Amino acid sequence: MKDREKNRILTKHISRRDLLKGSAFGLASLAIPIGKADASFWEAFFQKHFREMNRDEVKAVIARLEEDYYKKYNKRFNIKTTEALPGTLFGYGLDLSRCIGCRRCVYACVRENNQSRDPQIHWITVLRFKKGEKWVNDLEEAEKYYYPDEVPEEGYFYMPVQCQQCENPPCVKVCPTQATWKEPDGIVVVDYNWCIGCRYCMAACPYGARRFNWGEPRIAREEINTNVHYLGNRPRYKGVVEKCTFCIQRTRGNPGRYPACVEICPVGARKFGNLLDPKSEIRYIIENKRVFRLKEDLNTQPKFFYFFAT
Amino acid sequence: MSIFNPFINFFRVLRQVVKGNKWYYAWVGLLSFFILLGLVAYFKQLQYGLIETAMRDQVSWGLYIANFTFLVGVAAAAVYLVVPAYIYNFKPIKEVVLFGELLAATAIVMCIMFIMVDLGRPERVWHILPVVGKMHFPASLLAWDVIVLNGYLAINLFIPFYALYKLAHGREYNMQIIKPLIIISIPWAISIHTVTAFLYNGLPSRPFWNAAVLAPRFIASALCSGPALMLIIFQIVRKIYKLDIDNKAIFKIAELIAYAMGVNLFLFAAEFFKEFYSNSIHLAPMKYLFFGLNGHYNLVPWMWASLLFNITAFVLFLLPKTREHFFSLNLACVLVIAGVYIEKGMGLVIPGFVPGTLGEIYEYTPTMVEKYITIGIWAAGALIYTVFLKFMIPIYKGELRFKSSQSKQVG
Ligand code: SF4
Ligand code: SF4
Repeated sequence: MKDREKNRILTKHISRRDLLKGSAFGLASLAIPIGKADASFWEAFFQKHFREMNRDEVKAVIARLEEDYYKKYNKRFNIKTTEALPGTLFGYGLDLSRCIGCRRCVYACVRENNQSRDPQIHWITVLRFKKGEKWVNDLEEAEKYYYPDEVPEEGYFYMPVQCQQCENPPCVKVCPTQATWKEPDGIVVVDYNWCIGCRYCMAACPYGARRFNWGEPRIAREEINTNVHYLGNRPRYKGVVEKCTFCIQRTRGNPGRYPACVEICPVGARKFGNLLDPKSEIRYIIENKRVFRLKEDLNTQPKFFYFFAT
Repeated sequence: MSIFNPFINFFRVLRQVVKGNKWYYAWVGLLSFFILLGLVAYFKQLQYGLIETAMRDQVSWGLYIANFTFLVGVAAAAVYLVVPAYIYNFKPIKEVVLFGELLAATAIVMCIMFIMVDLGRPERVWHILPVVGKMHFPASLLAWDVIVLNGYLAINLFIPFYALYKLAHGREYNMQIIKPLIIISIPWAISIHTVTAFLYNGLPSRPFWNAAVLAPRFIASALCSGPALMLIIFQIVRKIYKLDIDNKAIFKIAELIAYAMGVNLFLFAAEFFKEFYSNSIHLAPMKYLFFGLNGHYNLVPWMWASLLFNITAFVLFLLPKTREHFFSLNLACVLVIAGVYIEKGMGLVIPGFVPGTLGEIYEYTPTMVEKYITIGIWAAGALIYTVFLKFMIPIYKGELRFKSSQSKQVG
């Protein structure tokens, strides 16, 4: 009940702010702004592309965003802009022989990455297949909506899908504004302040990995994760695209942390590491297990490897 | 005195536009009503987001992009008039070509409106521009589309405005200036279709769009719907404004539509054969369109209707007897417009997403907000074109003249 109430307040707050930002009544943005709140509106409006900003500009933007988030969620955020570490190319392994389809990764991801709760956004989709049916390639027999009392279910197996961090990403190629790009450590990111919400990237992604904020994203205050990265899990806006970033806020660090989905997986089906490090676990898997990648015929070269450990 | 001339002329045009009989006011009033409806719906969408539409992550483009695609096709119409008019000097068409170009310009403006209402963050649209934004050229086909559509708009506004400006001053327009523009407008019209087709075509994630026949089919079907729309408009204009439009021009255009539709149907048959005969897993979207997939049949009746319309219209346009009879001619025009609207609209956009890349079937049915906005944009387009015609036809007929220092006053 209390949550509901808070949510309501939050929502109200948001819509008032929106009005201020002029998006509620398009014409309002034509009015000449006076006062402080409006100054920040124009700063947001004219914010440059993330990669075009110099250090000082980035600092100013981060300060403004932290202030914005504070106003919106009444919490202090720490927005990192950690750059890619040299000599890293992140890769992911998913053991299909272990996955039990429990969806803990889905919800851990939602919490870690501040996905909107209402409307509901999930970056990870767990697909269920009937054993013996055709499955890979076009995935036309996949079942996304399964709700058993207990997993794993007899006669089925599971395949979680999320952004495959393609080395040759079609989503990046098609974006008309360069709002999405591949970082030096191989993570494909989105600048939520640059994306115009045309959704061309969603049409281009062969893995259904991209999510759009169809409505104003909503998260209860107490569930917000304030430890965020500019290119990753900071709260998003209505009308922009988002997706998995291999938990860029965690994995970019020395020492880095594992992505939330890797940590939570109860059966250890999820592996993560540096593809450029010959001694990493992910390299061991690629070199020793039966590995495949989804839709390899499209030549997207995912850095997400499915394998069978047993 | 001449510095006041532009103002005086502006008021002459304005007076021409606001003055009209009761039918004119009724028409403009009706359009304004629909525009208002669309605006109200759009404000709602701006406030709550695109969640007001039926689009979701599975089907991330819908009615807006479908209309956009269809209208890019309409914009091509001009070329069908330009070629016979200027290249072959076919006199009857030459007289109406300006109105074709205005229609093309209007269609492009509508295209831009449909793109704008589809954007999640319309206020950031400048990010797509070069220099001020960060245009992803040449990699993104959407960047190409921005260039070719705006270029086409500029050409199709410049030619008629220039010609009519000259006429309004009682002078002949200079072919030296117009000719090169007309020549480039031909490949340019082809390019807007090709680029728009490539926009879909270049996505291997969507097998239905990833067929090489897509761009040629786009052009073929565009050369049916646009001219058909124009034929209807010409007849209306001819009636209302007592304008001399030769029947020969109308029948010639109708004949050309028949050929385009023939090619379109042939290309469709080629696609149909390839998908159904090879019967691979990529058949699914085609199956969804024409026979339904796993109990989902939303588009099936529409697609068959579209096919039926197209074939009927083809026959009507092809036979000289029905082509040169106004009832069957107009029937064929309506059928072609409806047929292509379905085929190049929802029939093209939706099967790209159904089944989705993860095999999911999400049946998309536009919401009222989407429908109102769509109607609003169509009404806005009709209003723009109406206003154009309202002051351009009198100029064209020599009834409205501008005040200018060099030429003598008429009327
Ligand atoms: S999986 Fe999709 S979103 Fe992720 S990099 Fe590849 S194409 Fe882009
Ligand atoms: S939705 Fe955003 S990230 Fe995706 S293509 Fe459009 S501008 Fe680029």
